[in-house]
Amino acid sequence: MDVYLPIANLSVNGLVIVLLGGLTGLLSGMFGVGGGFLTTPLLIFYGVPPTVAAASAASQVTGASISGVFAHSRRGGVDYQMGGVLVAGGILGTGIGALLFRLLSSLGQIDTVIDILYVVLLGSIGTIMARESIQTMRAARSGAALPARKRRHHPLVAHLPLRWRFYRSGLYISPLAPLLLGLVTGIATMLMGIGGGFMMVPAMLYILGMSASVVVGTSLFQILFVTMATTMMHALTTKAVDMVLAVLLLIGSVSGAQIGAQLAQKASPVRLRLLLAVIVLLVAARMAMGLTYRPDEIFTVSPLCRPV
Amino acid sequence: MKRLLALSALLLLTGARDPILVPDVSQHEIQVRQGFNGTSLLLFGAILSPEGTRAGQDYDIVVVVEGPTRPIVLRQKKRVAGVWINADRTTYRSVPSFYAVASARPIKDIVDDRTAAIYELGLGALQLSPSDSIDPAAQMRFSSGLVDLMTRNGLYSQDEHAVSVTGQVLYQARIFLPSQVETGSYTAETFAISHGRVVASAISRVEVRKLGLDLAIADFAQHSAFLYGLLAVTISVAMGWIAGRFFTPA
Repeated sequence: MDVYLPIANLSVNGLVIVLLGGLTGLLSGMFGVGGGFLTTPLLIFYGVPPTVAAASAASQVTGASISGVFAHSRRGGVDYQMGGVLVAGGILGTGIGALLFRLLSSLGQIDTVIDILYVVLLGSIGTIMARESIQTMRAARSGAALPARKRRHHPLVAHLPLRWRFYRSGLYISPLAPLLLGLVTGIATMLMGIGGGFMMVPAMLYILGMSASVVVGTSLFQILFVTMATTMMHALTTKAVDMVLAVLLLIGSVSGAQIGAQLAQKASPVRLRLLLAVIVLLVAARMAMGLTYRPDEIFTVSPLCRPV
Repeated sequence: MKRLLALSALLLLTGARDPILVPDVSQHEIQVRQGFNGTSLLLFGAILSPEGTRAGQDYDIVVVVEGPTRPIVLRQKKRVAGVWINADRTTYRSVPSFYAVASARPIKDIVDDRTAAIYELGLGALQLSPSDSIDPAAQMRFSSGLVDLMTRNGLYSQDEHAVSVTGQVLYQARIFLPSQVETGSYTAETFAISHGRVVASAISRVEVRKLGLDLAIADFAQHSAFLYGLLAVTISVAMGWIAGRFFTPA
C-alpha cells in the first residue's frame, strides 16, 4: 500500500509504517514509555529525512501517552502539581531545543549530535535497567531479599533554594529540581523526537525520590504536554511535521499500546524491564556503529539557507 | 566575394545536412498526489534525414531529463577522534535535483569528453561547480560523492541501453522518476549526434506538481504553521483518546 508523504516528499509503504507504529505502541503499552526512541531511528533507517522523522514521531508519542494518562489519573497516580512544574520546564526546554536545533543545523552537526545523544542516553539508561533487572532476578532465584532502597532525593537536590511541598509525590523539595529535569527532557524531545519517559522515570525515582505510585502517571502527564509543545514548535520552526506520516504511526501505535497494556499484565515486570533494556541497548549499539565504525553515508546534502 | 560565396554555400550545405528531430513526451504534467509511487516518463519521436528519409542508423539519440536546480550544501563526514562527524563542506550554487540520461550505447563511444561536458551528457560530465574556491582534487572528491549519493537515492541515473530505435525512424526512451522527485519545472532534451557532433536538439518541458490533498497539506504546513501544528496535536490527542475509549471495557 503506497502512501505519499507530502512533507517528507516521498512515498512509503503505509503498512510498514503502521506496523512500525504498532511495534512502538506495543512497547509503550508494556513499559509505559512513549516509544519515540525506537520510532525516530527506525524511520530514519527507512529513508525518512531525520528532521521529519523527529518532528512526526513526537505527535505519535502524544497519541500513545494519552490513554495512559487517563488510566493513571483515574487511579490517582498523577501528581498534577509536580507534573505542572515538569511541563513548565519541558516547554521551556522545547524552546531551547528549537534554538539548538537551528544552531546545530547551520553548523551541519545536528545529525552527529543526535546520534551521540542517542548513544549516551540509551546506552547508560539501558545499562542501568539491565543491571537492575538482572540483580532482581538473581535475588528472586536465590531467595535472598534485596536490601530495600531508601526513597530519598539526591543530595544535590537538597541544596537548591526555595522549597515546595508536593503532597502526592511525598516530597518537600525545591521546584527548581523538577523544572530542570523537565527542561532537559524538553530539549531531548525536541532534538530526538523522543518523549523522554525512559529517562524521566529513573530520574524521578532516583534523583527526585518521588513516590513510586505516581512516577509513571506523572511522567506520562509530562510527556503528553511536552510532546504536544514539541509538535507545535516543529510546526512553527522546522515545518517538518508530516501529518500523513503521523496519522499512519498513530493508527499503529494507539492500537499497539492497548495490546501492549494487556500483555504487560500477563508477563513478569522484571522480565519486561530486562527486555526493554535489551531493546534500548540494541538501538544504542546500532547508533554507535554508525558513529564510530562506518556511517551509512559519507556525504550528505542539505539545502543552502542564506543567512537572513 | 568569391570566398564569401563559398562560405555561404558551405553553410547552406551543412545546414541542409542537419536531420529533422520531432520529439515528444508521454506526459507534460506529472501529478503528485496520494499514492504517487514514481512514474515512468516516455520520451519518443522521429528522426529523419534532411531528405525526409529514415535516418535512425546515421544518428545517435541521447535523451536528458533534468529537474529544477537548487543551491545546496554538501558535507563530508570524516573520522575525528574515533567519531564520524561532518568535517568538510562545500556549497553549490545550482545542482539539478534530478538528472537522467539515456542512450543506446555508451556515451563515451558517442561523443568525446569535451562535447559531453558542453552538453552535460552523462553523470561524469555534469557541470557541478562549487561556489567556494577549493582545490581541484577536493572539487572532484565532492562532485563524485554528490553524484554517487544522488545515484543511490535514485535521483541521478545513466542508462546506456535505454534508447531504442524502431524502423530506423522512431526512437523511444523510458526514464523513471521516483516518488521523491522535487516539484517544479523539468526539461527533457533530445540530442541527435553524428560523428561525435551534436547536429540537432529539441527540448520539451514537463511540470511536476503536487495536487489535491497533498498540495493542501504542504501549503497548510508552510503558510499557516500555527494552525497546522494545532491540527496535528488535536489529531494525535483525539486518536489516542478514541483508541483508549474503544479498547478499555467500561
